[in-house]
Amino acid sequence: MIFGGITITEASVIGLIVASLQFATLLYLAALGETIAERAGVLNLGVEGMMAMGAMAGYVGGVASGSPWIGFLVGGLAGALLASVHAVAAVALGADQVVSGLALTILGLGLANFLGDSYTSDTRRSLFKDVDIPGLSDIPWVGETIFSASPITYVAAALGVLTWFVLSRTSIGLGLRAVGESASTADSAGHGVAAIRMTAVVIGGAMAGFSGAFLTLDTVGAWSEGITVGRGWIAVALVIFGAWRPGRVGLGALLFGFTLALERRLQPFGIEFSPILLSMLPYILTVGVLVVISYRARNQPSPTPAGLGIAYRREER
Amino acid sequence: MRRRLLLVVAAVLAFSLVATACGDDGGSTGGASDDVTAAWVYIGQPGDAGWTFAHDQGRQAAADATGATTLTVENIAEGSPEFEQAVRDFIAEGADIIFATSFGYMDDMEKLAAEFPDVVFDHATGFKSNDTNFTNYFGRVYQPRYLSGMIAGASTTTDTIGYVAAFPIPEVIRGINAFTLGAQVTNPDVTVQVNWTSTWFDPAVEGDAASALLEAGADVIAMHQDSTAAGEAAEAAGARWVSYNSDMSAFAPSAYLTSAVWDWGPYYTSVIEEVGAGTWDATPYWGGMDDGIVKLGSIASDVDAALVTQVNDVGDQMTAGTFDPFTGPINDQDGTERVAAGVSMDDGSMLGMDWFVDGVDGSAGG
Repeated sequence: MIFGGITITEASVIGLIVASLQFATLLYLAALGETIAERAGVLNLGVEGMMAMGAMAGYVGGVASGSPWIGFLVGGLAGALLASVHAVAAVALGADQVVSGLALTILGLGLANFLGDSYTSDTRRSLFKDVDIPGLSDIPWVGETIFSASPITYVAAALGVLTWFVLSRTSIGLGLRAVGESASTADSAGHGVAAIRMTAVVIGGAMAGFSGAFLTLDTVGAWSEGITVGRGWIAVALVIFGAWRPGRVGLGALLFGFTLALERRLQPFGIEFSPILLSMLPYILTVGVLVVISYRARNQPSPTPAGLGIAYRREER
Repeated sequence: MRRRLLLVVAAVLAFSLVATACGDDGGSTGGASDDVTAAWVYIGQPGDAGWTFAHDQGRQAAADATGATTLTVENIAEGSPEFEQAVRDFIAEGADIIFATSFGYMDDMEKLAAEFPDVVFDHATGFKSNDTNFTNYFGRVYQPRYLSGMIAGASTTTDTIGYVAAFPIPEVIRGINAFTLGAQVTNPDVTVQVNWTSTWFDPAVEGDAASALLEAGADVIAMHQDSTAAGEAAEAAGARWVSYNSDMSAFAPSAYLTSAVWDWGPYYTSVIEEVGAGTWDATPYWGGMDDGIVKLGSIASDVDAALVTQVNDVGDQMTAGTFDPFTGPINDQDGTERVAAGVSMDDGSMLGMDWFVDGVDGSAGG
């Protein structure tokens, strides 16, 4: 297909969708984890560090065991372990969540580089294979993209549905949200604030670790220092963009993933538009959502968990 | 509570500093240059298989050859206060030479060179110098780029080569142009399609950029960044690949065709020897294949033997100085003649190159 100097082939369009799903999966796993932590009232700016740990541990676990699935679990475990530092500092000890989270990013990046040093330039690969959904993968276009994706894309979608269900349809989710809105009220109602918050942070860390492991076991295949390149921060922005709701965060992940994939395809498509401007789009959209949220906050309840970022100590109530 | 928080944060920060810090020492074998201490500031890490890897290989070779003590620091961002601190630390440790391996260190190098007149400041890829203790060095990597283009041009069956490009600066543009001119020697119909990533190292993006070019019809991929991701994308798609910085064939053995590589060892050795002997002077260095600072990497075994002979022939002419890739007639993308027939481009024009030769598909403005 050629029109006005723009060349778009079927392979290009399919590639665009496949790459969008790849980036969306990467961002969604981390953003979903951060959503859980923030809905419990704990801001964790350590996503980038947890992702790096997951990327390193995921790669090492994958090539050592020969199974990307084991690598994926090891990556999640590494993210959860690092997150527990934040859980202790910011929840149990009541440290400033911003400071502790930023320290976690520095620690995670440094630790991943240190522990993974001998695995850079390693040519071994432990890669997930795309899964064809029987029957559906034969459908033209849709089948080759959505129904022939990485197994982790399906895992991410399933985790999204599970998170939505637990948060909005179960008593566990109700308790978690109560803790995130007002810790003292939730405490009076008999919810264990510290236990719920720490669990949420650790689960969030595991999912950031999964995201990193997806990077080294699927998208890239290799571990190398600096491989996350700020994607953890995009995940943090994505939580705000999605207004702390698993479904909207998922839609945001698809949109952000699409912009990332489109950036690399404007030039091959022959479209004269600056990819640098396009790369700013997720951030511009996030600021736009923040503006809308704060504007609407005057008339209706804000989607921001009211207790977000506020440490809870019973004796200071 | 406040104090406990500070302790936690301090412990976390201290631990991460320990985890990132790194240093190396060379051996010691005799001669005037084994008293020399040379220090390298790296933009990345030696394990990247790319730019910093090549510099670190050069450092090791120079340390082995001269017995000089060598110091390194990794991951120093351009324009960050860490750069100045790292250099001051090196000088406090007795460094006689500071090698800074990224363009953005230039202004800090100039400033520190004025402050420490007894230390040699040598800056890769920059253009500033003084007449006493500060100069710059680089290599004519466009020469092996041209040779790698000859092999790539003969390898494409779709007449389309994808080029995963870093930033639209003269160094990168010069490489794309030389590569394209080389490809045209073996394939007059070839188009080199450029995909800018605005990255030096982002494997996820660089691999995806290669995939995008392959989907659009390219069957050979060239690249400029420090990751091997573009090559691994080519490998997965059954396409071919020309690597850069170092011979990255181990990462994509079926895709690998050849590479344009750096060999900084001879240069670093000569600087250390000159400083040790007291004969060093601040003359900028821009060496080519004749000095061995740049060369063509290994060539895949399935490349036609006659072509290998032809490529080696042209390489010998470049080494002998009888052939220059930027010899006219050369037209730009608009068909305007940039270099007249029989004329070779001067160094100034090459260093400021901001246009693409005819045959490149893409914008030199990024």
